Amino acid sequence: MISASIRRSSHRNIVLFAGAIMAVAILVLALNLLVPAQSAFHVPTYAVSLFGKYLTYALLALALDLVWGFCGILSLGHAAFFGLGGYAMGMYLVRQIGSRGVYGNPLLPDFMVFLNWQEMPWYWYGFDHFWFAALMVLLVPGTLAFVFGWLAFRSRVTGVYLSIITQAMTYALLLSFFRNEMGFGGNNGLTDFKELLGFNLQAQGTRLGLFVASALALSLALLVSSLLVRSKFGKVLVGIRDAESRTRFLGYRPENYKLLMFTVSAMMAGVAGALYVPQVGIINPGEFAPANSIEVVIWTAVGGRGTLIGPVLGAVLVNLGKSVFTAEFPEFWLFALGGLFVATTLFLPKGIVGTLRDKMTPRKKAEPAAERPKPAVADAEPLAAE
Amino acid sequence: MDTSPRSLLYLDNVSVSFDGFKALNALSFVVAPGELRAIIGPNGAGKTTMMDIITGKTRPDSGQVFFEDTIDLTTRDEAGIARLGIGRKFQKPTVFESHTVWDNLELALNRGRSPFATLFYKLTARDSDRIDEILATIRLTGRRDELAANLSHGQKQWLEIGMLLAQEPKLLLVDEPVAGMTDAETAETAVLLKEIARTRAVVVVEHDMGFIRDLDVRVTCLAEGSVLAEGSIDFVSNDPNVIENYLGR
Repeated sequence: MISASIRRSSHRNIVLFAGAIMAVAILVLALNLLVPAQSAFHVPTYAVSLFGKYLTYALLALALDLVWGFCGILSLGHAAFFGLGGYAMGMYLVRQIGSRGVYGNPLLPDFMVFLNWQEMPWYWYGFDHFWFAALMVLLVPGTLAFVFGWLAFRSRVTGVYLSIITQAMTYALLLSFFRNEMGFGGNNGLTDFKELLGFNLQAQGTRLGLFVASALALSLALLVSSLLVRSKFGKVLVGIRDAESRTRFLGYRPENYKLLMFTVSAMMAGVAGALYVPQVGIINPGEFAPANSIEVVIWTAVGGRGTLIGPVLGAVLVNLGKSVFTAEFPEFWLFALGGLFVATTLFLPKGIVGTLRDKMTPRKKAEPAAERPKPAVADAEPLAAE
Repeated sequence: MDTSPRSLLYLDNVSVSFDGFKALNALSFVVAPGELRAIIGPNGAGKTTMMDIITGKTRPDSGQVFFEDTIDLTTRDEAGIARLGIGRKFQKPTVFESHTVWDNLELALNRGRSPFATLFYKLTARDSDRIDEILATIRLTGRRDELAANLSHGQKQWLEIGMLLAQEPKLLLVDEPVAGMTDAETAETAVLLKEIARTRAVVVVEHDMGFIRDLDVRVTCLAEGSVLAEGSIDFVSNDPNVIENYLGR
């Protein structure tokens, strides 16, 4: 059966790709540890952390692909889930500082001392424990996505309207996290971290460990996503994306499918944020900026939505470009990003991976031209038709 | 004691209006189990609105809609009604274009429809046989691995009918199945629908009078949201009201 074999082969590609990520990760480790620092092949530790950051972005883009590429939900607020996961991790890291803060207060984080608070707000309890913080990394974004999705999908909010309210959601979080009274460090966010699980965050070993953890999380997420989209569940998702009313009249409830996928995706984004924060050393409300979420959409579109591999490549490539560009011509980066999105929409509507896949799939035996589908129609509408 | 329902579908005095326009006006209409029924009527007669009401897409302003005598359809959503065994074919063929013909049928099969049921679904030999059987019925066995997007218009219509069969409905609502089909496809579709109607009730909305003659069934003519005439095709097409409102002089 061709369809099954195509599906098997695409699963095999993803397994290979996840393996390749781990192989590259090990290579980077080797180049850092085994090659002497004066060699041209040496990868400095700061670069390893930079790659680690890209991998967390890739995980975020993968999470977006699950809802956008496979379910047609164009979320313009996915960075919110990333940010919440990051804050949960940041709160744990802040609690690990203990009395080594600037004010040396053993009970309160620096920013609370600065604000003259006498005791810790109730929602900071538990964050001294890693397991609790790890649980919150999943639960906080997951719960927000569940409540948001439950309201939105049951009311059958779709398309542009849904995108706008996801954008409003992340903007609301941005504004509230800026406020000092919220108790998350306001404008400055959380920083000055010292240790994670007792390991010094500045130490080379910890940085390499976080990089490997990011690569592992990404590879694992790729495998899980591949199994998800390949199952009948995944086929229903694609059905909902392409013809939602048909799935309803076949007896499926699209809102439940969207809700489950949206929640799982948000949790994945939360994990990405939690891995991001210790590697960059800070989390602040800027992560909730609407533009961040839109950037994630661009990575995914450039790599190829609905392909799982594409968003990972897109996130890494675009961010590599961003690192180079912002160092060389800082004032032109936003133009380059905008230009990239326009060019992708015009010339690569299926993204890098989608286009390559089309090229590599052998043409079916010649059919009457009239029966050929018009691929442009289905793909020119990723933004407009949803 | 006979426990089989007397009516499969029972609409009584159903009215619905959109922005003051009465789309259905005290419509009453009964379909017996296993019946094949054709519905004709001019544009705006309320044919599609009637289907929307039966399948839960639209709620009536007043009136009753019952399935198998006792199940009130006005309290259920589309998915719930579909699970009861009411299938619907749209006017424009609506299939999952980026899935293969086979996957389209697999998705339509009458199996667990909750997210968790589909997450852990395994294709059984029984399901696979059933899909093969439907492929043969809708004459698409040779194209089972093609993407549905690559099918011709007529083949998409058949695939959609096949999906409805996979759903194993007791009642099938079919909206203009031969619109845009060639004459040969139209004739074949009539054969297909008659074959299907042997095991379940089918309601067909159609404009094509030749096709209705091919079907050779009881006809209901709707106009302005209510029933104008009901009976054999010859009876209905000789009714002066029908001629006035629909067929034209």
